[in-house]
Amino acid sequence: MSDDRDSQAFEQRLAAAEAAAQGGSAADSAHKSAGAASQAVSFAMRLGVELVAAMVIAVVIGWGLDRLLHTTPWLMVAMVPVGMAAGLRNIFRAAGRS
Amino acid sequence: MAGPKIDALGQFSLTTGLGPLGRAVDFTNSNEAMLAAAAIIVLVFALGLRAQALVPGRTQALVEVLYEFVRDMCVDTIGDEGMRFFPLVFTIFSFILLGNLLGLFPYFFAFTSHIAVTLTLALFVFLFSTGVGFYTHGLRFLKFFVPAGVPVWLLPLLIPIEFISYLSRPVSLSVRLFANITAGHVMWEVFAGFMLLLAASFGVLGAVAALVPLGLNVALVALELLVAGLQAYVFAILTCLYLHDAVHMH
Repeated sequence: MSDDRDSQAFEQRLAAAEAAAQGGSAADSAHKSAGAASQAVSFAMRLGVELVAAMVIAVVIGWGLDRLLHTTPWLMVAMVPVGMAAGLRNIFRAAGRS
Repeated sequence: MAGPKIDALGQFSLTTGLGPLGRAVDFTNSNEAMLAAAAIIVLVFALGLRAQALVPGRTQALVEVLYEFVRDMCVDTIGDEGMRFFPLVFTIFSFILLGNLLGLFPYFFAFTSHIAVTLTLALFVFLFSTGVGFYTHGLRFLKFFVPAGVPVWLLPLLIPIEFISYLSRPVSLSVRLFANITAGHVMWEVFAGFMLLLAASFGVLGAVAALVPLGLNVALVALELLVAGLQAYVFAILTCLYLHDAVHMH
């Protein structure tokens, strides 16, 4: 009788250990999903920064060329769509990689 | 109204360190933090590498985990040539990580919260990876800006786009690190200042209510710890990505 109970307890402990080794406990998976969520947030922020950075660079180049060539503000205006396209290119590249 | 005020940006102001000698050569508290970060890295590694035990102790395990983490990052991202750039990536990663972590302590200075520092690091990475590209491929590296499989009449439009996208790399790299660290420290300061304001304005009731921003700040410590590690990792992995582009040109 007691032998039977012991083996039952062992089976239970074995199952618990196997479950822990495979999927992790509920708390562990919650921890993982919190980490994944924060990584997703940081990735989203990264995309935003990529978009804005290309825009800023393009506008600064246009502004500098305007000052050099005395064509204010036409080159800066022309560079805005180019900057937007470059920002989108950045995002596609970043998203394609992850 | 006299009393505590919220001064969120005062913590980022530079002062001189190391007494009169530091004042004479403008040695700032930011430089102090950088030296401390470098010294801690060197010390930890000197201690961890001294033992060389088969079963590592704590310090040795820390050193080995860091080494293997960065090595895997290099080899996985850059490819087989990754180990050539391991010293650079490891230096950048550990320096930024230590800078972020040191900045979390009260009365310590977070040097990664200054865009001058992050932009210098990012520009170095940018110029270095461009140099690697030209060194590896010569002038053929310029073909990096010409997307493959595109009709010729589109090229005058696409080449400037690719070029600006390339030039935006150091900006996004530096702004991301700087913004994350600065935002975290400003939030801390705002909540802490709010705590003092509550306690000063509403007496006992305010002191009890101040427990809410205090709790938020405790939660923020955990978040900032995560951000400190994550941003150092992001900086290092993007360095690897740029080097990959320079070596493989796609």
